Amino acid sequence: MKLLRSSSGAQTVVILSIIVMFAVPKVLSEFGVMQATLFAAVAIFGLSQGFVWGYAGIMSFGQAAFLGIGAYTYAIAAINLGNTQVAGLLAIAVPMLFAALLGYFMFYGRISDAYVGVITLTVSVILFELMNSTSGSQYHIGDAVLGGFNGIPAIPPFAPPGKPDEPLDQIGVWYVAMGALIVAYVFLKWILASRFGRVVVAIRENETRAMLIGYDPRLYKLLSFVIGAGIAGAAGAVFATWGGFISPTVFALTMSAQVIISVLIGGLGTLIGPILGAVAIQYLINVAGMQHTIDPSLGLGIVLVAFVLLVPQGVVPVARSWIARLNWTARTPRANRAKTSEQESRS
Amino acid sequence: MDLTGLLAFNVLTGIATLALITIGLGVIYGMMRIINLAHGEFMMLGAYTAVTASTAGVNIWVSMLILPPLVVGLVGLVLERTIIRFLYGRMMDTMLATWGISLGLIGLITSIFGNVVKSVQMPVGSFAIGQYHVSAYSLVIIGVGVVVLSSLLLLLRKTRFGLILRATMQNPAMSASLGVRPAAVYMATFALGAALAGLAGGVLAPISGVSPGMGGAYIAKAFITVLGGGPAIIAGTGLAAGLFGFINEIVSFLSTPVIGDIALLASAVVLIRILPQGITGRFLRRSS
Repeated sequence: MKLLRSSSGAQTVVILSIIVMFAVPKVLSEFGVMQATLFAAVAIFGLSQGFVWGYAGIMSFGQAAFLGIGAYTYAIAAINLGNTQVAGLLAIAVPMLFAALLGYFMFYGRISDAYVGVITLTVSVILFELMNSTSGSQYHIGDAVLGGFNGIPAIPPFAPPGKPDEPLDQIGVWYVAMGALIVAYVFLKWILASRFGRVVVAIRENETRAMLIGYDPRLYKLLSFVIGAGIAGAAGAVFATWGGFISPTVFALTMSAQVIISVLIGGLGTLIGPILGAVAIQYLINVAGMQHTIDPSLGLGIVLVAFVLLVPQGVVPVARSWIARLNWTARTPRANRAKTSEQESRS
Repeated sequence: MDLTGLLAFNVLTGIATLALITIGLGVIYGMMRIINLAHGEFMMLGAYTAVTASTAGVNIWVSMLILPPLVVGLVGLVLERTIIRFLYGRMMDTMLATWGISLGLIGLITSIFGNVVKSVQMPVGSFAIGQYHVSAYSLVIIGVGVVVLSSLLLLLRKTRFGLILRATMQNPAMSASLGVRPAAVYMATFALGAALAGLAGGVLAPISGVSPGMGGAYIAKAFITVLGGGPAIIAGTGLAAGLFGFINEIVSFLSTPVIGDIALLASAVVLIRILPQGITGRFLRRSS
């Protein structure tokens, strides 16, 4: 807990999340709890993109690939093994393996950032096509029929250890989802406070300098990419158990776009920003889904363009600097203020 | 023998299709270093132009080959003026903004036409290679591909406009001091790239279903071909389209089209690992 004491912000976030975790089932209806579970799943997904993009500086445009692999792995393993703990662990491990392989080609090929974006995007498109083409009963892994664009129905929800026949109810799944979110957040905070995390951020800031000091940027980027994939896989497992159903649309570009917009809106280089952004965007999509005159993509597209043009840093960093400025204005006498701001603008 | 002929014909068609869907992206990326993620949606707009025009009774060839590049070129011009020009030099932000444009266009077209698949009538019939019947439309695709690549080459190499274009891309400050307005050149280049994407969409409309999400099916292949091609736009697009189109068609023939697509991607990722600058980054550096 030394880590949490060192960062009062993280402490507040964790305490608030725990309050939310126990308050939601008391306050909301069963349908509300189900919606909240989806929000927790997209928040975990947002964390993975927020870490990979905001801290490691890797422009992954296909993070949905890992979400989808995690979700499918969970579904296939849960149906075949009947043990949802093992399925959950596999849903984290398999995307990490895949990311390690893909990342090796990208980072050890020393391709530029933009190419990383294009390749990750391409991979998620190909996975989408691949899963879409698996309709028919000849495509199955063990007992799990892949089902092409119809997806896999009747995925067993999480069950407590040793009691595979007593699956969790909606509220139980919510506790698992929220617990996973808190664990993912604390884990990333811990990583970022460690020596490894500092090197990762240093590489984002200046790759050449970090390399000259003796760190291998390729290895650190690869490891960050793999960690991000694991978290996205966990989000996929929660996502699969939330709906009890998974279809190739998890690989679709809109899924990657949604998480990128979430991180961009929430704020790059923060962890709370992606969480809030993911919840806000998912809420907007839910609201937009209730009417049928205008397609939700139009709204997402306009939001994305508007943020890139007007608020490229995202809401959380902008809000932080406003708060800092307000504090500063309140504390500093008027005469000093002009002088300091002149110095600031020069520096 | 018939089978070999059929296979060769399919490979040629595959290469021409790949070159057509790639060249618009290649012009924008190669000249301006902008990765245009709305490329697939520019194609989609071209296809919708063809559908709308041919339904309205316009001659099929006009509505496939003439109108789509004009309409989409105009759309590209407007988007460049209103959005893209504020983001030059910020590669990541242009990628995000063009992705936003892509989503916005999908949403817009879905709102107008609905999320249904439309089609354009095939303007020509089929002919026989030995005992196999193949679509004569493939000849149209091959023809358009050859004409587009060669006229673009002439445009860049032999005309004053091409010279100004290449000069501005190489050194904007120097060409500005010689009286060229770089902003106007960027605008023209972006519109040209958009028009080429529109043309590809119009030409491919009869053989692919026209739907708001159709761009997604092409965009991955187009990107990977541009990256595989490297810095020389036309030679790179031609070579990479040749290589990947060949692999794609042969593997598709031996298994399924989806496995063919995966083989294309896998070979492209391996190629980029070996030649990070693309084919023309290592070979034929002096071509354009």
